[in-house]
Amino acid sequence: MNEPVISIQNLSRRFDQKTALDNLTLEVPRGSVFGLVGENGAGKTTLIRHLLGLLRAEQGSVRVFGLDPVADPPGVLSRIGYLSEDRDLPGWMRVGELIRYRRAFYPGWDDAYAESLREAFELDPAQKVNDLSRGRRALAGLLVALAYRPPLLILDEPSSGLDPIVRRDILLAIIQTVTDEGRTVLFSSHLLEEVDRVCDRLAMINEGRLVMSGELDAIKQAHRRLTLRFAAPLSVCPALPGVLFAEGAGAEWSFTVNGQLEQFRDEAARQGAELLEDRSASIDEIFIARAR
Amino acid sequence: MHLRITSGDGLPIYLQIVNQVKYLAASGRLAPGEPLPSVRALAEQLLINPNTVARAYRELEAAGVVVTRRGAGVYLAEGGSPLAPAAVDKVLNERIDMLLAEASHFGIGLDELARRLRERGKILRSDKP
Repeated sequence: MNEPVISIQNLSRRFDQKTALDNLTLEVPRGSVFGLVGENGAGKTTLIRHLLGLLRAEQGSVRVFGLDPVADPPGVLSRIGYLSEDRDLPGWMRVGELIRYRRAFYPGWDDAYAESLREAFELDPAQKVNDLSRGRRALAGLLVALAYRPPLLILDEPSSGLDPIVRRDILLAIIQTVTDEGRTVLFSSHLLEEVDRVCDRLAMINEGRLVMSGELDAIKQAHRRLTLRFAAPLSVCPALPGVLFAEGAGAEWSFTVNGQLEQFRDEAARQGAELLEDRSASIDEIFIARAR
Repeated sequence: MHLRITSGDGLPIYLQIVNQVKYLAASGRLAPGEPLPSVRALAEQLLINPNTVARAYRELEAAGVVVTRRGAGVYLAEGGSPLAPAAVDKVLNERIDMLLAEASHFGIGLDELARRLRERGKILRSDKP
């Protein structure tokens, strides 16, 4: 019963000479809101395209609901609602036509739900998709991804380039989706504040490699931000245990630390430094420390 | 119930909720017996994961600040502050020690600090939702 919705084992992918994904292993449990973060070009979209069966696993394996998305596209795609970063909508269709067109593919389409989303998203059925603003187009894409109540919702950079009001609608849709028992959301984003609010799990990818993955609370608990004041100004960053990232100048330096906290504090004291601040690291601080 | 969630300072979101509900209860802006929003409603209001709200409510219930009535929602506990005096001392003293240390870093004396505390108290009391 507790089989993960997504299971990726040792997945590697190359495009020509460039490594896009490098021996990546990742599981997304049922009912989670899973955030995929990383810089542009880190491999997030390539990973998502494997989940949709658009790319075949060169090495390793990809399973969604226990199925291979390349071998069984209908079995997988009928259970995924997907919003791509460039939205992929037929621009010449009117909103009403788009809704009827997508409806034909999904036996589980819920007309009343689709209509309530259309009203909430303020979409005019007579308007052409190409004439919609960027934000409305994203919401139209979200509507046709949600209306058959898929057990897995995948959103690739859903908020990218959108104004705060539309972003709010999208976050609300994510929250409402996961509140329905057992449904799972995977979304990639570079807006860490959103990821921090909405996700309960997180994976960070850098240059195709998994940098860290796990429960967001545990990740945040494992990283701390410490600020030290040394007795005299230092021209180079002092060496201390457990440090992922350091910044500062003169006598005052701040460190993002993972593990080895006692050793860090002991060594800082030995070097005559005073501890000015010792707190949980924010998601931005963790991201910056891990992106190096 | 008006809460503010920030992402910048590393304080976990569930703890931000716990702290702010405790503050609202202590300052009387939430009355004993008053209902709190459902997990779903608060998650949608604050745009945060519902599990985070559920965790905050569990912590608040374990601390005796709220009670859950089966099928009827979450309410502020009756009977004022549920914390034992020793626990109150511990929580407050930790905060006061930190504040004193920081004030002394900035060269702010006790009288000036007390004046600032009263000033902030006035602002917070008038900051109605």
